[in-house]
This record gives sequence, structure tokens and C-alpha cells, in this order.
Amino acid sequence: MNNDWKKVCNLEDIPRLGSRVVKHMDEAEGGIDIAIFRTQGEVFALRDKCPHKGGPLSQGIVHGKQVTCPLHNWKLHLDTGEAVAPDQGCARRYPVKIESGVVFLQL
Amino acid sequence: MGKQKLVMVGNGMAGIRTIEELLKIAPDQYEITVFGAEPHPNYNRILLSPVLAGEMTVQEIVLNDLAWYRDNGIKLHLGKKVEKIDRIKRQVIADDGTVEPYDRMLLATGSYPFMLPVPGNDLPGVIAYRDIKDTDDMIEAAKHHHHAVVIGGGLLGLEAANGLKLRGMDVTVVHIESWLLERQLDQTAGAMLRKSLEDRGLKFLLEKHTEALIAGESGRVAAVRFKDGMQIPAELVVMAVGIRPNTALAEAAGIYCNRGVVVSDTMQTYDPKIYAVGECVNHRGTVYGLVAPLFEQAKVCANHLGNYGIGRYTGSVSSTKLKVTGIDLFSAGNFMGGEGTEEIMLNDAAGGIYKKLVVKDNRLVGGVLFGDTADGSWYLQMLRDGKDVHEIRDHLLFGQSALSTGAGHQGQNKAALMADSAEVCGCNGVSKGTIVKAIKEKGLFTLDDIKKYTKASSSCGSCTGLCEQILSSTIGGAYTPAASVKKPMCGCIDHSHDEVRKAIREHRLISIPEVMAFLEWKTPNGCDKCRPALNYYLISTWPHVAKDDPQSRFVNERVHANIQKDGSFSVVPRMWGGLTTPNELRAIADAAEKYQIQTLKVTGGQRIDLLGVKKEDLPKIWADLNQAGLVSGHAYGKSIRTVKTCVGSEHCRFGTKLAMDMGVKLEKMLFNMYAPHKVKLAVSGCPRNCSEAGIKDVGVIGVDSGYELYVAGNGGIKTEVAQFLCKVHDDDEVMEYAGAFLQLYREEGHYLDRTCHYVERVGMDYIKQCIVEDTQQRKALYARLLDSLKGAKDPWADRVAGVQKHEYQKLEA
Ligand code: SRM
Ligand SMILES: Cc1cc2nc3c(=O)[nH]c(=O)nc-3n(C[C@H](O)[C@H](O)[C@H](O)COP(=O)(O)OP(=O)(O)OC[C@H]3O[C@@H](n4cnc5c(N)ncnc54)[C@H](O)[C@@H]3O)c2cc1C
Ligand code: SF4
Ligand code: FES
Repeated sequence: MNNDWKKVCNLEDIPRLGSRVVKHMDEAEGGIDIAIFRTQGEVFALRDKCPHKGGPLSQGIVHGKQVTCPLHNWKLHLDTGEAVAPDQGCARRYPVKIESGVVFLQL
Repeated sequence: MGKQKLVMVGNGMAGIRTIEELLKIAPDQYEITVFGAEPHPNYNRILLSPVLAGEMTVQEIVLNDLAWYRDNGIKLHLGKKVEKIDRIKRQVIADDGTVEPYDRMLLATGSYPFMLPVPGNDLPGVIAYRDIKDTDDMIEAAKHHHHAVVIGGGLLGLEAANGLKLRGMDVTVVHIESWLLERQLDQTAGAMLRKSLEDRGLKFLLEKHTEALIAGESGRVAAVRFKDGMQIPAELVVMAVGIRPNTALAEAAGIYCNRGVVVSDTMQTYDPKIYAVGECVNHRGTVYGLVAPLFEQAKVCANHLGNYGIGRYTGSVSSTKLKVTGIDLFSAGNFMGGEGTEEIMLNDAAGGIYKKLVVKDNRLVGGVLFGDTADGSWYLQMLRDGKDVHEIRDHLLFGQSALSTGAGHQGQNKAALMADSAEVCGCNGVSKGTIVKAIKEKGLFTLDDIKKYTKASSSCGSCTGLCEQILSSTIGGAYTPAASVKKPMCGCIDHSHDEVRKAIREHRLISIPEVMAFLEWKTPNGCDKCRPALNYYLISTWPHVAKDDPQSRFVNERVHANIQKDGSFSVVPRMWGGLTTPNELRAIADAAEKYQIQTLKVTGGQRIDLLGVKKEDLPKIWADLNQAGLVSGHAYGKSIRTVKTCVGSEHCRFGTKLAMDMGVKLEKMLFNMYAPHKVKLAVSGCPRNCSEAGIKDVGVIGVDSGYELYVAGNGGIKTEVAQFLCKVHDDDEVMEYAGAFLQLYREEGHYLDRTCHYVERVGMDYIKQCIVEDTQQRKALYARLLDSLKGAKDPWADRVAGVQKHEYQKLEA
């Protein structure tokens, strides 16, 4: 497994309680989108695909440590990618770190 | 410092609900210990009746299994009765010697059944009906004995009698009053109930005073003797003559009790360390015996235990339903009437239907329904809201469906009659059976629970009424709809929409963080329900001052296009009044080719939709469209949508007014207007009404002498015909009246209420008074509308110029 930290953007490039989409070439899946979310104080990354019907999570409203999918309002935990009960499902999670205001993704 | 210790005494419905609410808002605050005298985890006591009737099993009615206590770190002492509270040492002592210290305590000891003080009331075979043990005893007795006598013709007694009859016993109900359920029904309904129960084989002895219970040879009860000397056989006697709050423990500890543990509006007893909820409580002189009010108490209590300090319990209006399958009965409020009240009645003895509504000062204050209870929850809602029923009085008795002509779901409101396979929620494909199953298995009590667990009613909402009926027919009186005017905005806050708006206005709050801090939001930054509402309330209350918060807008409004199921977007340029030009059409055609538009469609709103645009392409396609003068049609917003027009007297041989011209003027005036929900208008040139003005938020119909104005129509989920507002003379008046009405809605509507919902809430009389009768107010409203729309710019042009640029650009790793 390669676990390179890749530089993505500056923290300010992501709106607070908002998100950005990162294009990524995944070895297994080809070109995919990853959503990076900024909460009040942290940054999280999830595959930009809702476990329900594939909705773009990056377009949802961010609140607390959750995002609400724009298509049918499923809520997902940003730290685990798990859907908030009673819904069930999971979006892949990617490790993120912030170093001196720069956001890195582990891919 | 370690966690505080919370000890709860009484492992029943009200207590555990309080703990559940507490865990939701302050999961880590307490180390929780629970004592329960019964050997079972918390179960749904209400459903003991279906268990007795053989319709459910004991396993099915457990609400919180042992794993739940474990998972939430709750220390559970089952089968241990607390015998003493030592308030000095702050500890409780159970009958087996267990001692637990507390920092805070919650008393939820419920009630105990009252046993008539007659000789023989302690014989074997004489029981009450309160818990699983009593139910098991009855089921066992039914196997070996034949004659049962139930003393007490109240809800509990009748449910017990029905269950025992279904278990094969010969059952006689003895009642001291002259009709059944005298506390819930008037005499007529009581007599009808008696007849239906007699048809099922139950026997009744009314106005009978029990004198003694007589033992047989085995020592078990064998007969009941009455004061008039009559005697009937009985190997099982069930006493259901009332309950008494369980206050012995509290009284022994010196906590003030008076027919119940006396609590304040914050559910605190006279000892500030000790709270109390449930049937053991006396709140403002009332002791409640149904779960709906107890759950309200639980919520308030949890809030104070969790140190949020908001929320007061101010009492409840509850309703009654008898859980005997096949008998429909509903009663609420003051159903007996009296001084200053009027009664509206329908009595169809042959059809088995009786309805009585009691009205006082144009408000519903009570009612009894027998035989057809489909509208029970609707009446209860109006009762709780104190809604003025003056305008709908003529139709009131015929129910909610008689009021509307819509194509929605309300035609089939006999929830109880629906087959299990029947579809309730068309959006999410949920059947009645699925909902009933979830209610029973998961122990659901509210509409929100249903939405969460089954998804029914979580999309368009047209099946909400039906879901509420299924809920009330499944769990009976345990269900009470929340009063809609005082409903909390969402789970993040206990305040209602009106209260939040008021705080924003009166305390000049101008940003979301300010509102949240001021009103003590329970979550760090709200949720996807309250943030968009707050954002709207702020920008509509403080136009040009409050700053729009894109992060609190649904994606469509944030990016000014409508998201599709595949994540692409649709683009609908404005065509003022439905008019277009060859130049505009050419630009649309060119853009469609250039951006490989999958579908080009004429919408139901007289304009053209370009569907399937990639997000990155949005600013580019807008730039091209802007070139031809096309601007945002706001087809994505809680905002002005369309003003439909007909050709009008410009061309039409019947036209009396320039409908196209009037429509374009209105649409230009309202450009960029955000509102609680979307807003649609229409202008027709004559009463033939080819632009369908009768189902619009504002409908304008030209007549020879001027225009007729209609408001609060809706052509969507539930069709609502617009109501006549007034007649005006000229175009300027149309703008002023329509503008003033929309501004009133913008200032007072709850977020996501269309005009029809808003007007239903405040009443058409009020609208007429503000807009037609009060000239000054109308002019002021109109001026405020124009002021807030001053300087409106095309949001697409702004994005083309670079506003919120990051929205449309992807990053690369
Ligand atoms: C495009 C259009 C259908 C069409 O091809 O004709 C349309 C499309 C949508 N309508 Fe509509 N409505 C369209 C005319 C209507 C009409 C007819 C009209 O405007 O004359 C109605 C009934 C009239 C009314 O609103 O009173 C209508 C009643 C609804 C409703 C129910 C509203 C209600 O209060 O009951 C919704 C749901 C909502 O808004 O919550 C809705 C929601 C939607 C949404 C936005 C659903 C969504 O949130 O994604 C649809 C977007 C589809 C998409 O993939 O982009 N649409 N929708 C029409 C756009 C008109 C326009 O030019 O702006
Ligand atoms: C057969 C039946 C049908 C009903 N149907 C309906 C209905 O349709 N709709 C409706 O709204 N309501 C109905 N009710 C009423 C409803 O069940 C009660 O209002 C509700 O359960 C009261 O909740 P509570 O927590 O106050 O008391 P309970 O649920 O009674 O809980 C109190 C618990 O505390 C325990 N306890 C008491 N003292 C001690 C002590 N010292 N130490 C330890 N534990 C103690 C008791 O054993 C009991 O388990 C029905 C009740 C019955 C019996
Ligand atoms: S366009 Fe309107 S009616 Fe058609 S599927 Fe979408 S929301 Fe339903
Ligand atoms: S696709 Fe996300 S909720 Fe349906």
C-alpha cells in the first residue's frame, strides 16, 4: 500500500462549514472525486459518493461533525464515513492532516 | 472531578424516556444508576392490552433491552425496590440492602392500582391490571377458569375485559356510573360503546355497587356480591377502579407531596437535587395518566438535568383512544360542553357513527368521536393550537378531507381500514405494514420517529396526516401531535419559529452565530434544517445589513442551479412573463450545443430548462446566456419563481387587460426576492383564466373594471384553490397589494411554509385586515418589500464575475 501524503490546498481554500472536491486517480477505480470538509475546527475527507444512491456529499450542508447529502438527506459522520443511524452505509474515509495552514491528504 | 451521579428510581416509561432525552443532549455528564422494582427492562406498558388480547407477545413490547442499558453505561438494579432515600447522606437504599449515592436523583415511580376497600379484596384470584405479572396472571386464569368480573368501566377495565373475552372467558364489567367511560365520553357515545361491546359478547352491570368478594371452597374468590343483594360467579376479579401516584417513598423522605410528588415547571421537587416525572407527579395540580404528557415532562426534565436550563412544562391537553381492535373512539378536551359553549353534532345511530364537537369563542375546546375517528388527530391539533375555526365551521364536522379538493393522499384517510400492503408514502415506497411494524418493534411514539426509521413522510410530506393516523391507531392515546404553532424549529433548539424570529427582530441579532449564542442552541452550529431557516430569517429581517451565509444554504441556492440525481445541474433562464425573443432562443440553442445539453425542455412554468450541465461549466454557460440578456430564473430557490401569463388583450379576442405586460411588470418588481418558500404568480386577461391564476401564491385576473386578486393557491403536493383577496382598479394597485401580501408572508411565514400554509395558520380575515382594510400597513409593507429588493443583481452575472469562485473549481492532489 502506498501512503503518500499529498498536498491539496491551503486551509483557507475550504470555506468553514463547507467543502471542496479533489480529483484523484485511484489505482483500482480510476478517476474519482474526494470531498474534503472543513468543520468548525477540523478537516475530514470522504469519497464524494453517498452510500445511499451515490449523491455528491461535497454539495451537502456541513453541521457539527456531519454532512447531510443533498439528494435525500442522509446524514454521514465525517470522522468515520458511517451513515447516521437508522440509515446504514459508509463512504470511504481518507486520512487528512494540516501542517502550517496546508492541507494534506493520504492517498 | 469525576462525573456526577444520577440515580433514577422506577424503571418505567417516563423515567427511561427522560434518560434517553438526557443521553441525547448530555451523553457524558452523568454516571447513571437505575432501580426498577419489576424484574423486566423498560417495556411499553400501554401494549399490555394487545398482549392480553393475544395480539402481541411480551418480547415484542420491550422498549429498551438489557443491551441498551449496557451500551449506554447504565448500572441497572432490576427487581430491587428502593425503600429509603437518605437526603442528608444523599444516597438511596434498596430492599436488598443495595446502597447507591447520588448527586441528582430522578423519581419516576409511576402509580399503583387502587383496590376497592371491600371484604375479600385480598383473596387469591383478585388482581389489578398494571404490569407484566398481572397480565401473566390473567392469561393463566383464563386457561383454568370461566367467570371473570372486571370492576371498573374505564379505559383500563374495558381493555382488560376485551382481552379476557378474547381468551375465552365469560366476562362481566361492573361499573358504578350510568354509562361507560364517563370521564372520556358523553352519555350518547357511552351507550353506543356499550352496544358494540355487547355485540362482542361482553356483559355489563351499570350503577352497581360492589359490597364484598366471596371466597369459594378452595379459598380462591368465587363470587361478587352487590349492595342490592345480587351475587354473580367470579373466579377472577380484575379491579380497574383507578390509580394512585406512588409517593410513599418520597413522602417518607419528607419531600412535599399532595396527591403526587409536587413539582415546578422544570420538574423539580421541593428538594432541588431531586427531580420527578411521570404518573407519580403532581404538576400545577394535575396528575397525568397517559404517556404523551409524561414524555413532554421527560423532555423538559432532561433539559434541566443536562444543564441547558431552557424549556418549561406548562401542562398538556391529552386525548383518549380505546385500544380495542375494531372499536373507534376518540375524545379530547372539554367534550361535555357547558356555559358559553356550542355543540356541533352528528348522530347516526344506525350507521354507528357519532360525532360531537364543542366550540367556544370560535375555537374548538373538545370533542367526542365514535365509529369514525379518522379526523381525531386533526381536531386535536386545532384544539392544541387554539385555532380559529370560524371560517371552516360549516365543514368542521365532516373532517379535513371535506375542506380540500386536492389530488393528494387525503382521500384515503381511514388509516385503520387500509390493508397492510397499501402504499402510504409514494416518494419512498413505504407501506402501511412497514410503518405499523416499525412502530411496534422499535417502540415509536412520534411522527419524527416514523420519518427517521421508515422514511415515510420524510420527502414531500403529503402522507404526513396518514402517518399520524396510523400512529394514533397503533398506539392509541399515547400519541399526541405537537402543537404546530409552538413546535420547536428542529432538534437543535426548543424554541418555535415564531420565537426565533421575534428574538432576531427584538434583539437585533444579525448573524447565525449571534442567534445561536443568544438562544443557547444545543448543537455547535445547528443542522441542515435550522441553518437555512436562520439564514432566511436574518436576511429577510435585516435586508442589506445581515450577510448571506452560503454555507447555510441548500446546494441549489448556494450555486444558483438545480442539482440532478447524477450530480449535474439544470439551468433555467428567466423568461419574463413567459415571453422570449429569437435572440434569446438562439442563445439557448447555441449554449445547448456548446455544453452538450442532454435534455432541453419546456417547463411547467413557461420557460426552458437546460438539463445536465456539469458544475464546472455553470459559470461559462451563464456567461454565454448573459450575453443575450438572459438572467437567472431562480428555478432553484426559495424565491420568486415564475409569473405565468396568458396572451391577454394584447391579442386575445376576450382579453380585458394587458396580461403579458402586467405579468412582466410583476416579475421584474420581484426579481431576486427570497421568501420562506418558492413563490409563483400568474396573470390572466379575463376570467377564462388561461394562466391558471387560481392555484398560484398570487393570482391576478383581469376584468373589465380592473383586476381581481387571489392569494394562497398552490398547485403542488396538495392542490389549494387561491382565495379571493379583493378587487383593485389599476396596474399600480396590483403591484402594491400583491407586493404587500408577499412582504407580509416574507415577514411572518415559517421557513418552508408556502403561502397557503401561512394563510391557513393566520386566517384569511387577518390577511384582509392587514392588506385591504389597513391602508397604512399595506403601504408600509409594500415600501419594505421594495426597499429590500433595491439594487437586486443577477446572481449568475455575479458568479461569472468571480463571486464564490471556489464552488465551481475542483482541486487536484
Ligand atoms: C422543471 C419543472 C418541471 C418541468 O419540467 O416542467 C419542475 C421541476 C422540479 N420541481 Fe416543480 N417543477 C416545475 C414546475 C412546478 C409546478 C408548475 C408551475 O410552476 O406552474 C408545480 C406546481 C405549482 C406550485 O408550485 O404550486 C411544481 C411543484 C413542485 C413542488 C411542490 C410544491 C408544493 O408546495 O406543494 C416541489 C417540491 C418542493 O418545492 O418542495 C417541486 C420541486 C421540483 C424540483 C426542484 C425537485 C428538486 O428539488 O430537485 C424539480 C427539479 C427537477 C430537476 O431535475 O431539475 N415542484 N413544480 C418545472 C419548473 C418550472 C419553472 O420554470 O420554474
Ligand atoms: C394496561 C394498560 C394500558 C394502558 N394504555 C395506555 C394508552 O393506551 N395510552 C396511554 O397514554 N397510556 C396508557 N396506559 C398508561 C401508561 O402506561 C402510563 O401512563 C405510563 O406507563 C406511566 O409511566 P411512569 O414511568 O410514570 O410509570 P410506570 O411505567 O408505571 O413506571 C414506574 C416503574 O417504577 C417502578 N417502581 C415504583 N416504585 C419503585 C421503587 N420504590 N423502587 C424501584 N422501582 C419502583 C414500578 O415497578 C414501575 O416499573 C396504560 C396502562 C396500563 C396498565
Ligand atoms: S419534476 Fe417535479 S413532479 Fe417531476 S419527478 Fe421531479 S419533483 Fe416530481
Ligand atoms: S444519495 Fe445521498 S441521500 Fe440519497
